[in-house]
Amino acid sequence: MKGTKALIDGVQQLKAVEEQFQTVQILNEEGEVVNPDLMPDLTDEQLKELMSRMVYTRVLDQRSISLNRQGRLGFYAPTAGQEASQLASHYALEKEDFILPGYRDVPQMIWHGVPLWQAFLWSRGHFQGGQMPEGVNVFPPQIIIGAQYIQCAGVALGMKKRGVKAVAITYTGDGGASQGDVYEGMNFAGAYQAPAIFVVQNNRFAISTPVEKQSAAKTIAQKAVAAGIPGIQVDGMDPLAVYAATRTARERAINGEGPTLIETLTFRYGPHTMAGDDPTRYRTKDLENEWEKKDPIVRFRKFLEAKGIWNEEEENKVIEQAKEEIKEGIKIADGAPKQQVTDLMNIMFEKMPFNLAEQFEIYKEKESK
Amino acid sequence: MAQMTMIQAINDALRIELKNDPNVVLFGEDVGNNGGVFRATEGLQAEFGEDRVFDTPLAESGIGGLAVGLGLQGYRPVPEIQFFAFIFEAMDSVCGQLSRIRYRSGGRFTAPVTIRSPFGGGVHTPEMHADNIEGLFAQTPGMKVVIPSTPYDAKGLLIASIRDNDPVLFLEHMKLYRSFREEVPEGEYTIELGKADVKREGTDLSIVTYGAMVHASLKAAEELEKEGHSVEVIDLRTVSPIDIETIVASVEKTGRAIVVQEAQKQAGIAANVVAEISDRCILSLEAPVLRVAAPDTIFPFPAAESVWLPNHKDIVETAKKVIEF
Repeated sequence: MKGTKALIDGVQQLKAVEEQFQTVQILNEEGEVVNPDLMPDLTDEQLKELMSRMVYTRVLDQRSISLNRQGRLGFYAPTAGQEASQLASHYALEKEDFILPGYRDVPQMIWHGVPLWQAFLWSRGHFQGGQMPEGVNVFPPQIIIGAQYIQCAGVALGMKKRGVKAVAITYTGDGGASQGDVYEGMNFAGAYQAPAIFVVQNNRFAISTPVEKQSAAKTIAQKAVAAGIPGIQVDGMDPLAVYAATRTARERAINGEGPTLIETLTFRYGPHTMAGDDPTRYRTKDLENEWEKKDPIVRFRKFLEAKGIWNEEEENKVIEQAKEEIKEGIKIADGAPKQQVTDLMNIMFEKMPFNLAEQFEIYKEKESK
Repeated sequence: MAQMTMIQAINDALRIELKNDPNVVLFGEDVGNNGGVFRATEGLQAEFGEDRVFDTPLAESGIGGLAVGLGLQGYRPVPEIQFFAFIFEAMDSVCGQLSRIRYRSGGRFTAPVTIRSPFGGGVHTPEMHADNIEGLFAQTPGMKVVIPSTPYDAKGLLIASIRDNDPVLFLEHMKLYRSFREEVPEGEYTIELGKADVKREGTDLSIVTYGAMVHASLKAAEELEKEGHSVEVIDLRTVSPIDIETIVASVEKTGRAIVVQEAQKQAGIAANVVAEISDRCILSLEAPVLRVAAPDTIFPFPAAESVWLPNHKDIVETAKKVIEF
């Protein structure tokens, strides 16, 4: 240590950084408001609408798992447990905002205007599942973890250049936060002060890998520091905290103050996907019980019931409506025409190059037989 | 008409498109105020403003994502990757994302993006600047790959690439940037993508080639001419998709062909050209179709370029093998 008067205390610096990222909570597990100062300005009708969407989405998850088991759906990434994280963040958006979802973020797409039958076709692997309706600002779910983040920076920069008062929002998971594209996306949006909201839904596991093995960082929210942008960690099982954080990030963004990273602490009750993942191999029963007590629907129900604006009858109505609409959605999906190779060729380019045009004729002939 | 180098023709095409279409945006590392490391974007930020021509952080993947996102917002992005071998950082954005956007959204979204990037040997660049990796992208459905060899072609092809509503990789050979001048028409004109150009007509042998090898092939053709062999040189100009009609018409006329590329034999696109000729005109062939290509090693250390890169002598030698088969 010759020539150095004192050790440079990097450890102290790290601790000081970590202390900046405390979990924001508004509703506790009992549905009690623990942070009234942050209470978002939502009417009773809006609170009920948010609850309805969460209940509906829980039913959608249960039905999707069951339809997947019957072979009536294909790829499916369960969402139960993440309703506050997914739907309260979405509820803070406006129609003109653009969503770049990850593969687990189908619920946000649906509530932004993608019909159920298209979500089901996407699950089955049909090109019509990606043909988002005109005016619905949603990109098809991203399978390459992290790609949605760099693309989000681009969409947000486009909005800034156009001068529109809207934001681009994207979602990844705790594992995704280890990707280079996630850092690049946040850093680009920061450098351009683009109106982007980056959400990391930290459900503690990337398939079987616990978040502790992703990084030594105590929070994911603090990764915002590397991009020089604000980072917020919220209780992702608390719909009001997620809504408040997203709404705040949106306000900042449309006022030209740049992007925000929001980490939601959440949990998926089901497996990673329905393709054979078994969470009992890597999660203890105790951990699952602990998170089940935090169920966002349970605490929001208690909160609304205490306000006298929600009851079992209302909830059952939503459940029945969801089941009906899901049944109808599956029926429409069943009616979609089978895909032909010529269909796939038709959506490759605006104008078919020579090789495709030649192959098109061959398949047209085959398909006519 | 003006005498232009290829880099001037590229700069001219970019200026024309910036003026012509307000959605055209240029970005990349040092393309703004600096005018690009090769001056390809010289003067463009001063003329069109920072909103249209701007620098990015140093991250190729992020540049690819920016291109996807701006494309989704109705822009016509023309990003630059400083040297093409750096594209490995952005392989997902190019092959995993841009090339698939129209398809995966069933036509709802498009990617009218033109990625410009310099490549090519002969100028003693450091490691991973010159690699010929066009073959990787020629194998990517959804992507067009354009490689001009002259100032005239560069301008017309770049304007056509930018106007194309699907993604195009526009690869600029560094050795050709300033190696010669050519008459280039003023104002806008386009050259259709996917169309080859017969740079020299001949009747005894067809040379199918692209990039810097066009010039090596023309030089070889002159030497062969002195020995009484009439050689046709086809400049592919677009290496994916390739112009099969022009190749087939030439081979049916000459009955002999070689394919010449700067890339390693296991890389590039020469094998594809050979296969197409074999599929379509084997009965016209007097001899097998041979390839001139670099050895299957990593791109050479700069001081070894001259012994490694294919040149006109290699082409003459291979041409004679086919002629004398």
